[in-house]
Amino acid sequence: MTRTEFWQGNTACAEGALAAGCNFFGGYPITPSTEVAEHMAAKLPKKGGVFIQMEDEIASMASIIGASWAGSRAMTATSGPGFSLMMENIGFAAMTETPCVVVNVQRGGPSTGQPTMSAQGDMMQVRFGSHGDYAIIALCPATVQEMFELTVKAFNLADKYRVPVFLMADETVGHMREKILVPDKVERVSRKPFVPGTPPFRTTDPDLVPGFPQFGTGQHVHVTGLTHDERGYPAATNPGLHMALVKRLVDKIENARYEMADYDIINPDAEQVFVAYGGPVRTVQQVLHDSPNNDIGFLRIRTVWPFPENALAEFRNARRFLIPEMNLGQIAREIERHVKVPVKSIPKLGGELHTPAELVAALEAKQ
Amino acid sequence: MRNEVRFSGFGGQGIILSAVILGRAAVMYDNKFAVQTQVYGPEARGGASMSQVVIDDAEILYPKVAHPDIYIIMSQEGFEKYGAGAEDPAVMLVDSSLVHSRPKCRCIEIPATQEAKQTLKKDIVANIVMLGALVAATHVVSEEALKKAILDSVPKGTEELNLKAMQLGLQLGKQP
Repeated sequence: MTRTEFWQGNTACAEGALAAGCNFFGGYPITPSTEVAEHMAAKLPKKGGVFIQMEDEIASMASIIGASWAGSRAMTATSGPGFSLMMENIGFAAMTETPCVVVNVQRGGPSTGQPTMSAQGDMMQVRFGSHGDYAIIALCPATVQEMFELTVKAFNLADKYRVPVFLMADETVGHMREKILVPDKVERVSRKPFVPGTPPFRTTDPDLVPGFPQFGTGQHVHVTGLTHDERGYPAATNPGLHMALVKRLVDKIENARYEMADYDIINPDAEQVFVAYGGPVRTVQQVLHDSPNNDIGFLRIRTVWPFPENALAEFRNARRFLIPEMNLGQIAREIERHVKVPVKSIPKLGGELHTPAELVAALEAKQ
Repeated sequence: MRNEVRFSGFGGQGIILSAVILGRAAVMYDNKFAVQTQVYGPEARGGASMSQVVIDDAEILYPKVAHPDIYIIMSQEGFEKYGAGAEDPAVMLVDSSLVHSRPKCRCIEIPATQEAKQTLKKDIVANIVMLGALVAATHVVSEEALKKAILDSVPKGTEELNLKAMQLGLQLGKQP
């Protein structure tokens, strides 16, 4: 059963979190994500959860890591400048395999940039922004419906893979209000149970994910950002151990890329193929809708990281990929790595969504 | 049928709330699709505020307004910034108590602020007067849907005042 609502994207995100059982939110308000925090502040305490406004985004990220180890489904929400501050602790979450959800409603950067305008400029930062090698999962919603659904999915992926998961929204989708069908119930995936008495960071499972030894359940566990052995104890000068640990952190995500890949393929026989995620999806949809011939391909991606490059190969006749992004071609560059045909980046900065006319012009241009 | 509606006025008039109420009426009570967007920044600080609504029988793909076919303009600055380019076949409802310019397209003059002040003793509901007039003049949503969406959206204790404002707008907006 579902009910109809007319919600803002940020409201839908917060409601998705509540539906997924989020019971801890630590954050610091920043445009254009503030409505997520406002909605959680209003609703979460009434459901028995905890809302804390932290002193900044460094502390916000730290708070959700702590809450997660205490067994909470924990989330924060921010935008560009706050996201930059979170980077150190995002690496800590990746290293300590802490499930958590970070919402980034992207605005124009760099620096404080354009607080009230839309952008997708943090797509590479989310993948590589903290130091060292690691892997994360990033989801990009294009509708208010997806702000809800992908938030739910983010919590499930975070718990399944013990990794920070990012809802990489943009101001366009975060602030628009539109029709949404809200389900009564959502799917909920649990963390892998921990086997008492075993080393807390040991895993022999093919998915490379260790069971979660939640604080307060009797298991002594040392959680450190230092390179650690299976017991969780620092072993920072052991080259082989470091290699094995970091490889496992990356492989547990990269190996599951096809399993978690979420995308739609439209007109797979097309020669010209748009690839889009987030806000620009809506413009591509309009171009396809208005096109007299059914000959434009479209790969609509929801899981941008790990990048589902297998989906590109489905367009067997593709002669060119066109990538509209509200950045200077961040994912276009990723796509170039995976295809042999030309990749045309259609970058747009300034805070406004591509118009259908701009995409039609790019489609008709030879170069 | 896609309608693109643009609201502009000054911060504090309830421009954004008007757009939210209209979108809500379409989605929740007329079983249509709607997307509401807005320009952020000035709504809390004065200056020209602007919000837009796309209403369609089918799912809305491109969410932004490219060529409004309906304008609701409630300040002179709003007209200059967001209404001056209006052309046929668009229709513009202006709050004639506050806007002295007139567009090239068809224009319906609604003295909303003046009427709200004189008849209802509250100029704060001028935006609801404009919504009533909008629905009477364009039928972009049904009267019943508008009424329900207003009741969902206004503060407790102000329902009667806002419904009177809507009725006043419905009368002012009826075209001969």
